[in-house]
Amino acid sequence: MSAADQTPASIAEFVTFFAGGQSFSIDITDVREIRRWSTVTPLPHAPAEVLGVMNLRGSVIPIYDLAARFGLPPTTESTRNVIVVAMHDSQVLGLLVEAVSEILSVARHQIQATPDVRSDSARQSVTGVITVGEGMTRVIDLGAVVQPRLKAGAA
Amino acid sequence: MTIKVLAIDDSRTIRSLVQKVMHDAGFACVCADDGIQGVAMFVQENPDVVITDINMPNLDGYGVIARIRSGAVNRTVPILVLTTESADHLKARAREAGATGWIVKPFDDDAIISVVRRVTGARA
Amino acid sequence: MTTMISIRDTFFEECEDLLAALADGLALIETGTEDSETINAVFRAVHSIKGGAGAFGLSALVGFAHRFETVLDALRSGRLAMAPAVLHVLQRSADHLTELVEAARDDHEVPSDVTAGFVSHLDACMGDDDPGSDDYSAFEFAPVSLCLDEPVAAKGFMIRFAPKAALFANGHEPALLIEALAELGTLDVVLAVGDLPDWQVTDPWVPCLTWSMVLQTAETETAVCEIFEFAEGLCDLDIQPMETFRAEPAPEPVVPDLPETSDMLPQPVTAAVPAAEKTSPPKTDDGEGRGPKATLRVDLERVDRLINAVGELIINQAMISQRVTELAQPSEAEVMVHVEDYRLLARDIQEAVMAIRAQPVKPLFQRMSRIVREAAEATGKQARLVTSGESAEVDKTVIERLADPLTHMIRNAVDHGLETPENRRLAGKDDCGTIRLSAAHRSGRVIITIKDDGAGLNRRKILGIAKAKGLIAQEAEPSDTEIDALLFLPGFSTAQTVSNLSGRGVGLDVVRAAVADLGGRVTIASTQGQGTEFTVSLPLTLAVMDGMVVSVAGQTMVVPLTSILETIRPGPGDLHALGTGDTLLLIRGRFIPTVDVARALGFRRSDPEATPLLLLVEGENASQCALIVDGVHDQRQVVIKGLDSNYGTVPGVSAATVLGDGQIALILDPDAIAAHRVIPLQIEGAFHVSR
Repeated sequence: MSAADQTPASIAEFVTFFAGGQSFSIDITDVREIRRWSTVTPLPHAPAEVLGVMNLRGSVIPIYDLAARFGLPPTTESTRNVIVVAMHDSQVLGLLVEAVSEILSVARHQIQATPDVRSDSARQSVTGVITVGEGMTRVIDLGAVVQPRLKAGAA
Repeated sequence: MTIKVLAIDDSRTIRSLVQKVMHDAGFACVCADDGIQGVAMFVQENPDVVITDINMPNLDGYGVIARIRSGAVNRTVPILVLTTESADHLKARAREAGATGWIVKPFDDDAIISVVRRVTGARA
Repeated sequence: MTTMISIRDTFFEECEDLLAALADGLALIETGTEDSETINAVFRAVHSIKGGAGAFGLSALVGFAHRFETVLDALRSGRLAMAPAVLHVLQRSADHLTELVEAARDDHEVPSDVTAGFVSHLDACMGDDDPGSDDYSAFEFAPVSLCLDEPVAAKGFMIRFAPKAALFANGHEPALLIEALAELGTLDVVLAVGDLPDWQVTDPWVPCLTWSMVLQTAETETAVCEIFEFAEGLCDLDIQPMETFRAEPAPEPVVPDLPETSDMLPQPVTAAVPAAEKTSPPKTDDGEGRGPKATLRVDLERVDRLINAVGELIINQAMISQRVTELAQPSEAEVMVHVEDYRLLARDIQEAVMAIRAQPVKPLFQRMSRIVREAAEATGKQARLVTSGESAEVDKTVIERLADPLTHMIRNAVDHGLETPENRRLAGKDDCGTIRLSAAHRSGRVIITIKDDGAGLNRRKILGIAKAKGLIAQEAEPSDTEIDALLFLPGFSTAQTVSNLSGRGVGLDVVRAAVADLGGRVTIASTQGQGTEFTVSLPLTLAVMDGMVVSVAGQTMVVPLTSILETIRPGPGDLHALGTGDTLLLIRGRFIPTVDVARALGFRRSDPEATPLLLLVEGENASQCALIVDGVHDQRQVVIKGLDSNYGTVPGVSAATVLGDGQIALILDPDAIAAHRVIPLQIEGAFHVSR
């Protein structure tokens, strides 16, 4: 991670992973750690992509099935599944993914705008795409993925 | 030898400010938060100059000056009165009570340091 | 290291204390129990705020504080007499001073015409005395010059200086004064030794020296006078500009004055310096700890860290306890004793730590006095606030977050609860309405009540509006309590006209939500013609709770112990079906509604055929219902982990906790789960389960 200190502003680093068979990336500065899957306590009346909450060294963090969040088939249980613990705006959360691929270092100009996609949620949450070899990875905006907080006033 | 200042004021804020200014000028500064403690500290600390507020509970500034001026030790120590008042009759009263000088709040850092230097003979 | 920023913080902290002292003093005066020291203390509080504010250039605050202080000074010196009208002005001025302090702290402005309005009330108290002839400028540094001469540009001055005994008594040192003169230019000093008295005879305390000096300087006479400003009258001083210098080569010897102060011999030490009686004064500067109770200011962050650590300690203790239990030791085994000791110790530590954050509600209640006054003025009513139980202690965060909902309920009480003075008179009441604000500890919770002696709720009107807005079915016939509770529905407002206060558009639903956020409940009760009462019930601490561990749909969950009345294993005849899939519990001759917790949470009961266990719970409003769970385990103390910071609100769940095995158990909110039983007929549409 110390490479991040020396990275000039024109270069961005991402952690890429697979969810629902597709490749996604998030900004490395948002990633806290990668954990193995452990028991998740389900939350009542939660949207399908919110699997529940998990104990992270005493903190209670919500776990999102990233594939389900993007309208892809829910992630099947597998020993390769990992939880990407990320932090956004002082909210800590976990993303369930199939596997983590690599860390990408790209120049900012290499991030292309998202092509027009049909799924609304996908368009809002994806801020760009990066070509990786023969394929591509979608850069995710964590803020859009996260469950908007239901303040009690809303009820 | 470092000049030692005794600052007596019931306002935490003013004590902090005076102490900061004195320290920045290279003086030592001890504080008391009311008149009675002020007189006690005067006896213990034997300062080179006393800076005191007028309006304080239990024993006000005039009382402090009177006690110091009639005390056993160091009774001719320079005493500077620090207050928001600037009326002539109040200054005269302070002078009659035995004050050596007068500093008006809010005080200019340089002004207060130069007065302290002047009455203690401390050089820059 | 003290920087100006931290001293500024110190100032605003000090202002809190000073404003509290100000409010206390005025309250004493109001009840007529003041003494002469009270008005002095009030004066000093305002004086100190002015003094500190000046140092930070807060001119609006300084200006107003000065006007306020002037009136207080007149009161303490007897020039002005206290009267109810004067006291009222003082109270409103204290309110405005608070506002100005807050504005200065948060760096926004108070409109100057508002301040001017308050100033004019203060001036009115003084009569025609000095309405601003007190020409105060906030940044006056320079001492007033004593010299009345025109500052003539002279080439210099001739100065003759002969100290009197009093000069030395006042701490002056001629050498230093002369040195100060020398700094103004070129100084030539001659000591007159021509006519000194015989040393054998002279009293050494009587000064007999004279200095004649010639100062060449471009400075004005004012500058020269300034050096001797405080020596005026303590010496013979003659300053002549050199233009008028007459060619007198030699200075005249001066006969020393007879000493004017009578006795310069050292007095016997009468100043009873009580240094010995007090505990040794701290070497630190601030003298903290000399107040009525020794206190310590601590960084809130440090306390929070400590509390978190203690929370983890409790979890750790539970884990150890669990593991040891699994080892199936006989209960008399030594390790079990130690485990139990550990549990009690952990609990003690936790209680002690929670107590650190607990603060009396008094400052919060004091703020409400001001709210009542402002609301009364704004609505043309007369109102006063009576408080009790202000020393009750509540967690600091709770106090902070209670301020807004409390403010709103108080405003409501004045605006909607109290009648106008004319109507009150017609009803045989005092013109001035009373709002009673009280706090008390009861069965592990803090109960805060706001009670007004107004007209009470107009239930017909409320019901009418609720039906008109579709909040309740047309044919519904709710009980009085249920009608009162309608006020908490979102979007509910009975205000026909928008008064100065209710124009803000904040409803009681926001109040309820804010209280719920704190883990509390608010209820309302009212008697026609007599008044309305809000009751807020809050948990004492936000961090730890006693709970009953239960199983629901295969999951472990926790129900707050304070809600549980009893656990029931129903017999064959105890459960009765009611129409649409609801079940009632017959207990001691009464029918209580039941709630299938699993179903309410969107889960499925693990074994619907098995006889359930019921938890009889009581919500606020004393409404009871029975929660159906699959199993009941044990009671234990759990550390509350909020879901808000990382997720948000979860319906039916108030928080989560980590069990001894590391698993997360959700903490249920029985009220939320049971609540849709309270108003049976409407509400699936108006508010959804996520409440």
